[in-house]
Amino acid sequence: MRKQFCDAMVTRSVNPDMVFFTGDLGFMALEPLQQALQDRFINAGIAEQNMVSVAAAMAREGFEAWVYSIAPFCYARPFEQIRNDVAFHNLPVKLIGNGGGYGYGVMGPTHHAIEDYGVLLTLPNMHVFVPVFDEDVEAVVTRAGDLKNPAYLRLGRGEIPTGYAVPMYAPWRQLTQGDGMVVIVAGPIAGTYIESFQSLPEAVRPNLWIVTELPLEHNPLPDSLIKQISAVRGLCVLEEHVRRGGLGSELALLFLEKNMKVGTFHHLYASAHHYATYGSQNFLRAQSGIDVKSVMAVVAPQLLEN
Amino acid sequence: MVVTARKRLLQMHFESGVGHIGGNLSCLDAIMLTHHEYIGSEDRFILSKGHSAGALYISLWSLGRLSDDMLKKFHKDDTLLAGHPPASGIKDILFATGSLGHGLSLAAGTALALQLKGQNGNVYCLTSDGEWQEGSTWEAMIFAAHHRLNNLTILVDHNNLQGFGRTHDVASMSPLAEKLSGFNLDVQRVDGHDLATIRAALDKSSDICRVIILETTKGRGVSFMEHRMEWHYLPLNVEQYHQAIKEVEAK
Repeated sequence: MRKQFCDAMVTRSVNPDMVFFTGDLGFMALEPLQQALQDRFINAGIAEQNMVSVAAAMAREGFEAWVYSIAPFCYARPFEQIRNDVAFHNLPVKLIGNGGGYGYGVMGPTHHAIEDYGVLLTLPNMHVFVPVFDEDVEAVVTRAGDLKNPAYLRLGRGEIPTGYAVPMYAPWRQLTQGDGMVVIVAGPIAGTYIESFQSLPEAVRPNLWIVTELPLEHNPLPDSLIKQISAVRGLCVLEEHVRRGGLGSELALLFLEKNMKVGTFHHLYASAHHYATYGSQNFLRAQSGIDVKSVMAVVAPQLLEN
Repeated sequence: MVVTARKRLLQMHFESGVGHIGGNLSCLDAIMLTHHEYIGSEDRFILSKGHSAGALYISLWSLGRLSDDMLKKFHKDDTLLAGHPPASGIKDILFATGSLGHGLSLAAGTALALQLKGQNGNVYCLTSDGEWQEGSTWEAMIFAAHHRLNNLTILVDHNNLQGFGRTHDVASMSPLAEKLSGFNLDVQRVDGHDLATIRAALDKSSDICRVIILETTKGRGVSFMEHRMEWHYLPLNVEQYHQAIKEVEAK
């Protein structure tokens, strides 16, 4: 999504109040943006704490400030700067974390970001965007950029079946339809399930939904989804994020508050920062039990037994 | 005027029964001077050592921007004047500081913003000396030096005492002026209680970021507080309060 992100930002850079900070990352990706922004593109060096506070101060002075880094360096290292300097003052700083979830795979756990949006959603005024498809990035950049509040964008890599027509951006979208379970997913991993879900007979084929904006207070569940959940055929929430603080707990709390019966509730999540051995994003997804095979075992167990 | 401010500062802390007095007294002269003579409507002040909020509140009070009633609510319930500067509600206070190591980055960002906007204002940032132990302060200093932020003046309240020891015993950066002089900064060292000397340092212009190290005394002006670590924390009792006021008036 870096390419799409850079393109969207270049388009946006006509705004003279836009400033962009990078923590020394973006080689072979952000050069066009650097070219477009000139002195408003600032490589702040390997000093993320300073970068976030500087961006907060520039936002305080009226600038639209964007901060870019590899996801963990964007939110974990400068967490107190995000909390005190950005969120406490409700400043419109936009944090861009590239390679969220297990995106940096075999680079190892220091580069993974599997508690990013959970941690950030504990902060006041914070909005989170988790685009699913490369095609979402342009819309997400516009929506986040136009917000008067702080926001975090978790960028990944769009993963769609060959020839798949990506539905137009919306904060909630339904990707597959059937009479099976309701499946709600955050992040590009949703794209990896589409083909397998579509191949299932209608009776067990899940209603697959993706959500790209959190918290849910600002992005309520659509009526059609609520209706499907009310059929009580079971619900599965999936995310490349740790169990606590993510979409699963957010939804569980909402269901309890609204007294919604969902049937069997499954939550599949990124279960560990690292395992005994290292590996790619797909390897780590399989280890966590959020790969296609693990998900199919939950949504259509009867078919696997046959 | 500084005597009035010193007395009002003591009164406010006494009435609210709170500490942090020592570090307020060490920087009061510099905060009063900058606010009365240097900081105009185009300029910005950022208190990185947020625990000296009292000195800032008193300076704003002395300029008529905070009322007596507001000072009376210092540290009380339903106040804007918390122990550290508030996030909103007071026009002259831009940021909620108090966690050390944030203010200099905020000041650098503000200075860069003014430059990019083509505005004339200067940014003044007051740090403690202990807060130079925070890595983020050095990140900010590197940034300010690299970007030649000549509209930024860093004031260091060098009172040599921190929360639980003398700065050079805890994690020494001594001599701080020499360490900072290794960077592309205009570093001056002055008596932080001699207004004429501070003025001379502030009047010296530079084409790079300025640092003025204020050699100060924690608890300045009150004999039993001077150079004493416990006055980082202690509130005043009645006898101590009257004694302190008497001493400040005598100077």
